[in-house]
Amino acid sequence: MSEVTLKIDDKEVKAEKDMTVLDAIKSAGIDIPTLCYHPGLSPAGVCRLCSVEAIKQGRSRIVVSCSYPVEEGLVVNTKSPKVIEIRKMLLELMLARSPNVKVIQDLAKEYGIEKPRFRLEEEKCILCGLCQRVCEKIGQNVINFVGRGVGREVKTPYQMSADANLDICMACGGCVSICPTGAMEDTFKESTMKKPIPIPSEFEMGLTSRKPIYVPFPQALPNIPTIDRSKCAHFVTDQCRICEEVCEPKAINFDQKEETVELEVGSIIIATGFKTFDPHMSPRYGYGIYPNVYTSLEVERLLNASGPTSGEVVLRNSGKPSSVGIIHCIGSRDENTNVYCSKVCCMYSLKLAHIIKERTGAEVYNFYTDIRTPGKGFEEFYNKILEEGVHFIRGKVGEVTDHAIDSTEEGKLVIRVEDTLMGVVRRIPVDMVVLAVGLEPQADAVELGKLLNIQCSSEGFFMERHPKMAPVETFTDGIFLAGACQGPKDIPDTIAQANAAAAQALALIDKGHVELEPNTAYVDEDLCSGCKVCIPLCPYSAISFDESKQKVEIQGVLCKGCGACVSACPSGALGQNLFELPQIMGEIKGITRVLPEVKT
Amino acid sequence: MTNAKDFEPKIVAFFCSWCTYIAADTAGVGRKKYPPNIRVVKLMCSGQLDPQYVIAALANGADGVLIGGCHPGTCHYSKGNYKALRMYKLLKRVLGDFGIEEGRIRLEWISASETNKLVKVVTDFVGQLKELGPMNWPGKLSFFDSELKEATA
Repeated sequence: MSEVTLKIDDKEVKAEKDMTVLDAIKSAGIDIPTLCYHPGLSPAGVCRLCSVEAIKQGRSRIVVSCSYPVEEGLVVNTKSPKVIEIRKMLLELMLARSPNVKVIQDLAKEYGIEKPRFRLEEEKCILCGLCQRVCEKIGQNVINFVGRGVGREVKTPYQMSADANLDICMACGGCVSICPTGAMEDTFKESTMKKPIPIPSEFEMGLTSRKPIYVPFPQALPNIPTIDRSKCAHFVTDQCRICEEVCEPKAINFDQKEETVELEVGSIIIATGFKTFDPHMSPRYGYGIYPNVYTSLEVERLLNASGPTSGEVVLRNSGKPSSVGIIHCIGSRDENTNVYCSKVCCMYSLKLAHIIKERTGAEVYNFYTDIRTPGKGFEEFYNKILEEGVHFIRGKVGEVTDHAIDSTEEGKLVIRVEDTLMGVVRRIPVDMVVLAVGLEPQADAVELGKLLNIQCSSEGFFMERHPKMAPVETFTDGIFLAGACQGPKDIPDTIAQANAAAAQALALIDKGHVELEPNTAYVDEDLCSGCKVCIPLCPYSAISFDESKQKVEIQGVLCKGCGACVSACPSGALGQNLFELPQIMGEIKGITRVLPEVKT
Repeated sequence: MTNAKDFEPKIVAFFCSWCTYIAADTAGVGRKKYPPNIRVVKLMCSGQLDPQYVIAALANGADGVLIGGCHPGTCHYSKGNYKALRMYKLLKRVLGDFGIEEGRIRLEWISASETNKLVKVVTDFVGQLKELGPMNWPGKLSFFDSELKEATA
């Protein structure tokens, strides 16, 4: 592509021939204000804030840079007095039209305009047309400008939706999110009778929304954005492609798909982790009913410095809590949900109590069944929290309710609990309730177990080969377990087990050979009649028929020693090491000789 | 005749080493209690069970035989438990022909984690055998002996 050279603010700038002056200005690193410009959309030139002075062959003109093409030898002034004067005038008019819009206020302030000389209006929309252009680009064309002159506004054609929901509008919210003034939010609702549906951010536990193109979480590997095909407008309308145009290195690829990769491996480490208990299953704690009832993971995001509130504890109704109740054992140690202890909740609840108290100074109440702190330094941490003045109430919470019985409980969440140490039923009013949810096996753990031929315990966690002697191995050779998929455990335990699993897998690789079980089957050729009954019974195809001898043969390497062939052999020609017929018969004779000893 | 209340049945159990045997092991680790009437023979797989083991057990004085295998679809050797089921159905018919009650042999699918099921099955089976009374193998076969005598006489 051919290049042209132009002069912008006394600076030589090289630009591609099909660029606009604004593109060239931006590529030169010069900042000029824009309102209706968007790199992914066609220029409209309606706000005219990007106006610059263009001098061609000695003649000076004021042009709109976002739609003016570059030319060889063009001289551009972005900050000449003439340009500044025009921009000031434009901003003054805009400020008069929309005095309460923040973008306009900020820009006007930058250019020294405090109060416009014109009659003030109360208009939010500045008619930049971004919403109309983005909707067109997405391929829906739901909204457009209606009317002329002072009557110009953004609407659906013929006000179609005044009586019915507009079917073509997908409620993608593209127009609302691109609107620089926030005017579209109302216009959208009024004209389409719809509400944009936010996509809850999975990583932020739904506390904020994300875009259809997003980085799953900070420090994601690889740390690059991904497109959610079910939400992206391009995969609905086959248009849009705004991200493709905005992306400078042209890295967007719409053809990428999820793919299934088949690998042949020697050993497998299962580290599928856990899921947290869904507190909707215990409605008495009010999760999903009262907005200020949170799960511990949601609070974890709230307290995180890179979280949705930058680490501030802000309630869903945007207040700050002055009292917080942390309820332990939600979905753990409960006959109605899971009977086992989730092991990690006590410690993370203590941590949350510490941070909440530190950040907000709120009164923090812990409602616990038993405090379990078996770990290095854990008991010391518990003592520290006790000294900090966090309240501990021993008892299982009966319910969380907003039903107030006196003035101290008005507008609060009341936790009803039997204090088993005091022997009384108490009502504790708090602003925020945190549910310390327990750990559960993944929903598809049983399915995966069947696939890999390993078993799940009654809770659904994968079973280890032996609870004491082989805690990392499974019943299937070469498959190892690491982390919470085997049972609830904290980070140090998980890392220890993961290291052990990796070492076990490496040991198999390093050895270079496989050790077989000795209990394989063998053939007594003198007895074999060659009936071939055993051949289809072998799941490993270890038995073959020797045509010349008219007898079967067993490949010892392939045999896993299940013994199905041995029990089926009609002539007793097959035997199995370690499970010989005389051995088992002897065993049966021996144990039937012993009388059962039963105390009466 | 032994009083049914005093009678303690002798049970020979054939357990698959991948599921029911581990369940029995885990039940022990968990200090779970069940009647001590069973004596376990460990097999690699329920499909390894030769019908002659069951007959030998009954002939040697067992009052009942319990077979434990993996749930359908979870066999370590892919289909051994189906082979056991096939054998079990046939064996029941054969034993029935000899006048041995159906309730004396029992096949159960008990996975490694189902210790409670194991306890329940064993307790239940002991009760069932107490109802049936002692096996009395020679008595059951005396009919064949007398028939044989008549034929040879």
